[in-house]
Amino acid sequence: MTLAAASHGFLSPTGVEIAFVLVGIATLGAALQTVTSRQLVHAALWLVVALGGVAVEYLLLTAEFIAWVQVLIYVGSVVVLLLFGLMLTKAPIGPSPDADSGNRWAALTVAGASAAALVWVVVDAFRATWIDLDGTVQGSAEVSGRSLFRFWVLPFEALSVLLLAALVGAIVLSRRGGDAKGAAETSAPAAGEERH
Amino acid sequence: MSDTLALVLRLLAVFVVFLVFPLVIGQTEHKVMAHMQGRLGPMYAGGFHGWAQLVADGVKFAQKEDVVPNGADRRIFQLAPAVALLPYLLVMVAVPVGPHNAVGQALDAGVFFVLAVMGVGVLGSLMAGWASANKFSLLGGLRTAAQLLAYELPMLLAAASVAMAAGTLSLPGILDAFHWWWVPWQLIGGVVFFTAGLAELQRPPFDMPVADSEIIFGAYTEYTGLRFALFLLAEYAGIVVLSALTAVLFLGGWHGPFGADGLGWLWTLVKTVALCFVVIWLRVTYPRLREDQLQKLAWTVLIPLALAQIALTGVIKVVIS
Repeated sequence: MTLAAASHGFLSPTGVEIAFVLVGIATLGAALQTVTSRQLVHAALWLVVALGGVAVEYLLLTAEFIAWVQVLIYVGSVVVLLLFGLMLTKAPIGPSPDADSGNRWAALTVAGASAAALVWVVVDAFRATWIDLDGTVQGSAEVSGRSLFRFWVLPFEALSVLLLAALVGAIVLSRRGGDAKGAAETSAPAAGEERH
Repeated sequence: MSDTLALVLRLLAVFVVFLVFPLVIGQTEHKVMAHMQGRLGPMYAGGFHGWAQLVADGVKFAQKEDVVPNGADRRIFQLAPAVALLPYLLVMVAVPVGPHNAVGQALDAGVFFVLAVMGVGVLGSLMAGWASANKFSLLGGLRTAAQLLAYELPMLLAAASVAMAAGTLSLPGILDAFHWWWVPWQLIGGVVFFTAGLAELQRPPFDMPVADSEIIFGAYTEYTGLRFALFLLAEYAGIVVLSALTAVLFLGGWHGPFGADGLGWLWTLVKTVALCFVVIWLRVTYPRLREDQLQKLAWTVLIPLALAQIALTGVIKVVIS
């Protein structure tokens, strides 16, 4: 087993790598705040910081297109949808007394396990891969589109079908016992998410 | 080193535009609205036709006490105006004004960048609406969110149509590929984009979230002094950004019947200012849309139109290539 450190050195202190680690730490901190904050709207706003941090990480990995799509879909639509939902509830200003779920240890276990699996897979697959910052851009819109529609068409289409199923499911659920008005409201945000 | 200097100069130029243009548009709105309504508008401040009215307004805002309501969520309340204003500054960096790289910073996926960052600005209104601890603010925030969710999609689809036509997502790249016949070709998309943009900025006739005659001033009800002024500035900066983007994406930006090489920036300026005038004109002309009319317009008119435009773009693109 050869380590990538042999050729590049782990965290050889180039500016980009230092920035990547720092932004990563900030993102992790924001994510922890998101799940531990007792103030619901604060949690949603920390989520904005965490998602924005992930977008910056994409930028540092030269995936400019993915970074802007991340901001557009998650910060611009999903968080707005979350805040919209929160405003419809009785979420108070200040801490919510019942913000802690009884399932939090199970949730922590699942989150820890999936994080470990993801980190392991990514490290195993890309341990020896390095991005050449001076060469052609490897994550531009053109390159992403080319690989998406040439090599990954089937997963892409499968995802579309999945989203369509979610859309139809949302309409069915909101129609059950309700009126047509509820259905219209549910389909609106779901259609926004279809842009994935 | 000269690269860094050039970059700093560009960013400085963008910043100056960001500070000056919204004020100019605001003053124009005062005067144009007044004359359309048979009034004179501001006449005293500064002497000549009240040109310094907004400067005087700014001084007045700066003198006022900055009140934070007792029950408000203090930090979010204070942060909201910055979140509303800064995205427009970022967007201006990516808008090209002339040929030969006359842009703050050319981006590979510029179209996505400007739309994504413009969407972030609305978070400021939502934060203000929730953190004010005021039911009118909360209603305003709710309406803002509903409006954004409805109008983001047609805006994105219309912009995607232009990107398809040009075969690139970069704003200067789109302008390089521009021909005059794109204007009629992308006309529907342009109208959809401009209308949806107006709704995203909450400008009349889509000003339901700040409808002053029923919910006072929506999310901004509790704001005073400089923070309130920042929200107003964000609205005018938004008008400039939307007009400039519409000019770049659908009206050919720096292209014009003549002098496109030396006077390109002037064409961009003329088109932007003309669109800003249309924004003001629409405010004076149309009554406010009701909330349900607003949603109906987005989901049953604008989105089908935007999809039709994409189909048209695709068909013509295949035929001519």
